Amino acid sequence: MKAGIVIFPGINRERDMVIALEASFGVKPKMVWHKDTDVSGLDLIVIPGGFSFGDYLRCGAMAAQSPIMHAVKAHADRGGYILGVCNGFQILTEAGILPGALLRNASLRFLSMDCHLRVERADTVFTRQYQTGQTFRSVMAHGDGNYFADTATLDRLEGNNLVALRYATKAGDITPEVNLNGSAHSIAGILSPNLRVLGLMPHPEDLVDPMMGGADGKPLFDALAAA
Amino acid sequence: MNPVVNESLARSFGLSAEEYGRVLAIMGRTPSFTELGVFSVMWSEHCSYKSSRVWLKQLPTKAPWVIHGPGENAGVVDIGDGLAAIFKMESHNHPSFIEPYQGAATGVGGILRDVFTMGARPIANLNALRFGRPENPRTKRVVDGVVRGIGGYGNCVGVPTVGGEINFHPAYDGNPLVNAMTVGIAAKDKIFLSAAAGIGNPVVYVGSKTGRDGIHGATMASTEFSADSEDKRPTVQVGDPFTEKLLIEACLELMATDAIVAIQDMGAAGLTSSAVEMAGKGNVGIELDLDQVPARETGMTAYEFMLSESQERMLMVLRPDREQLARDIFAKWDLDFSIIGRITDTGRIVVRHHGIVEADIPLAPLNDQAPLYTRPTVDTPKQEKLNPARIEDRYGLTAALEKLVGCPDLCSRAWVWDQYDSTVGGQTVKRPGAADAAVVKLEGLKRALALTTDCTPRYCLADPEVGGAQAVAEAWRNLTAVGARPLAITDNMNFGNPEKPEIMGQFAAAIRGMAAACEALDFPVVSGNVSLYNETEGKAILPTPAIGGLGVLDDAAQAVGLALPPWLDIVLVGATTGWLGQSIWLREIAGREDGAPPPVDLAVERANGDFVRTHILNGTIRACHDVSDGGVLVALAEMAMASGIGARMMAHPRDIPGHAFWFGEDQARYLVAVPDHVSFTRIAEAAGIPAMRLGTSGGQNLTLPDGGTISISTLRTAHERFFPSWMDGDNS
Repeated sequence: MKAGIVIFPGINRERDMVIALEASFGVKPKMVWHKDTDVSGLDLIVIPGGFSFGDYLRCGAMAAQSPIMHAVKAHADRGGYILGVCNGFQILTEAGILPGALLRNASLRFLSMDCHLRVERADTVFTRQYQTGQTFRSVMAHGDGNYFADTATLDRLEGNNLVALRYATKAGDITPEVNLNGSAHSIAGILSPNLRVLGLMPHPEDLVDPMMGGADGKPLFDALAAA
Repeated sequence: MNPVVNESLARSFGLSAEEYGRVLAIMGRTPSFTELGVFSVMWSEHCSYKSSRVWLKQLPTKAPWVIHGPGENAGVVDIGDGLAAIFKMESHNHPSFIEPYQGAATGVGGILRDVFTMGARPIANLNALRFGRPENPRTKRVVDGVVRGIGGYGNCVGVPTVGGEINFHPAYDGNPLVNAMTVGIAAKDKIFLSAAAGIGNPVVYVGSKTGRDGIHGATMASTEFSADSEDKRPTVQVGDPFTEKLLIEACLELMATDAIVAIQDMGAAGLTSSAVEMAGKGNVGIELDLDQVPARETGMTAYEFMLSESQERMLMVLRPDREQLARDIFAKWDLDFSIIGRITDTGRIVVRHHGIVEADIPLAPLNDQAPLYTRPTVDTPKQEKLNPARIEDRYGLTAALEKLVGCPDLCSRAWVWDQYDSTVGGQTVKRPGAADAAVVKLEGLKRALALTTDCTPRYCLADPEVGGAQAVAEAWRNLTAVGARPLAITDNMNFGNPEKPEIMGQFAAAIRGMAAACEALDFPVVSGNVSLYNETEGKAILPTPAIGGLGVLDDAAQAVGLALPPWLDIVLVGATTGWLGQSIWLREIAGREDGAPPPVDLAVERANGDFVRTHILNGTIRACHDVSDGGVLVALAEMAMASGIGARMMAHPRDIPGHAFWFGEDQARYLVAVPDHVSFTRIAEAAGIPAMRLGTSGGQNLTLPDGGTISISTLRTAHERFFPSWMDGDNS
């Protein structure tokens, strides 16, 4: 699988993503500038975290209008793989590639800390090196990670088993105390109906090396590399 | 129209009558309004260091690894692998009191620019914060705004905030301190400097447009506060971290070419100071055409253009044949790029606006004849050494410990750190709270930097010389405690009104103490900032020489943290006398703030630290924590809370009262966890280093020799209560 990273102005976790992808893929991903219009040759498009266009409007709203997003949407329509992390997830929802929206954290404060994510299904290209029901540790760092969708959308996500990851205790329990940003249904990440697009708020790319405190996020990238 | 220029106007700009006389002599005529503005900001305390320069010269600034010391935008040290670390700390105290969010945010933005302007990619931010009493209703608002501002800016630009310190004291009620530090990395043979060169070369403005914000900010930072300081809100700038992020990327992209001759950010005193300093350092002249400056507002005057402190702007001198290349890079990042002048051979700064010469000043006298004062000093009276046997302990060890770990100065700072992105970049080995210093690895290499900020203001008030030495020593100790080799410091000297002899005496003594410590520890000062006039209604802050320390680890894997592992021996390195004077225990438990602070024996400091570092790097020491505020027992509790592992402690030596042994603040001490205390203490003894076994780790409780027991969960509850309940609780 050949991976590329889309860079919007204000994206700031692209270096972390390069490190994670290179560690699993063995080659550096291609960097794609937001004013470009071509993603041909790429199997996986990654939109990393940051503050695209400063997030001065709704998070991700400006980036969703960038020229490259036409190509990203066409890639999604063709059944290509897309991973959107943090601001990348916000951009995917603003672009309509994934449903729902990310609102301001319920605490109204930026949240930078470790969290545990429960894997809701392990039969996707992103999660197949985890077990269903397993938890893994990840870093979160966001001000707007409060997943929101109307009831019909939430019912559809749940009914079609499209919730990929939820905030949980280390033991895997879903409790209000660990749903720090206030997300509906404790949702941390969701999938497209064809299971080829994953958007999530936490940063698996920041825990791929035990020296940084753990490698819990590495199986996600290993799984993609093996696809 | 511009007001008439005379001595009275000059005074309102902050120039003394004598200084205005000097302006007249240099100009040979009455200066224009714009010229007076230029003189007044360049000769402000903030820009000219006129009260502090004579003392700053005493600080050691050289070492074989120092590439650039004070005088550049930031200090530069060789860290190996062909790389240099570029770092500096700077204050944004006055703006942060008036408008906490923007004051703190633009403080972070300003220090970032000082570092990337030299060619470095910023890899870490730290800060040193001082606030008034928590009971003061204003403090809560300031803390909230400052924390949000630091996070709002740092998180957005994508530079991890990895460390810092916070103190509370009534002396900061009307004058909080916000000191921000940035560390960056560059190839050591690609450092960019600010001295302009090349007659005829274009002077280029890049970044945000210029508005009327921040005019006379540098002058504001050079006076005391009064009750009407709120009216100065318009002099606080507004930060735009998104533009800063673009500016970082665009500048680093341009710096990879050979286009730049000289570059400097527009910080305090804006276009004035960057143009004057760049031309002055290069011994050339500079011509500016203000019609070419990108403006955010209409109808701005020359005076306003020259003194605006609008953020996220840089001034560069380019090679003329690289103009197009540079223009293209800034166009890619959607940033303004404008040629606003040329380098000349006149030795003058000439400013035109609408075709009229608004300022024409000879640069040499503007710089060389800047005021320099040796202000009178009075020594701080020495305080008596307290005899611990005469200070009664009515509390007992466990109750005192529970209170201390929960007090505002020692409680958990997690509420604050949790709002700062500490992991972006993917290189943070030791996050806030995990170790005595933050550890940030260099991408693609084994090497890592250790970073810390330190100062104990209550020691500095009691004895500024001891306090100055202690601040440097503690920074050195914190770097040592993770296994790093300390290399250099940046200093941020925060003091009151220098025109008062007792304040100037504090400053002079602190410098003496710092200089001695830098010398003894081979830990030179490579950059710094002075913030004076930190007074409100005539009341000065505690003298606060904040130190930012930088050290290096050849292999990040060798870094140790402070979390206590189970089933190890706990050994105290360094001698204990039971020093209670100026201790946190004395203040919080006995209700006294007196006595001499603990002395700093620099030879002992060095010997103990070198011993500890050696045994971290050879793998003997598995966890390490320096003993500072709150003494041995607080240090132990912090280690236990970090891991969730308790300890059983042994009886302390009988010649020291229990509370003095466990809570005294003797310096140059470390708590270490080792597998075998017998061999460790034997090696220490042979090396002449005091080392004493204190106990063994394990279990869920701290069991103390007086029979008291306290669980880790009880300690954590006490430790973690203050910030969330104060800031987010309903009891506002």
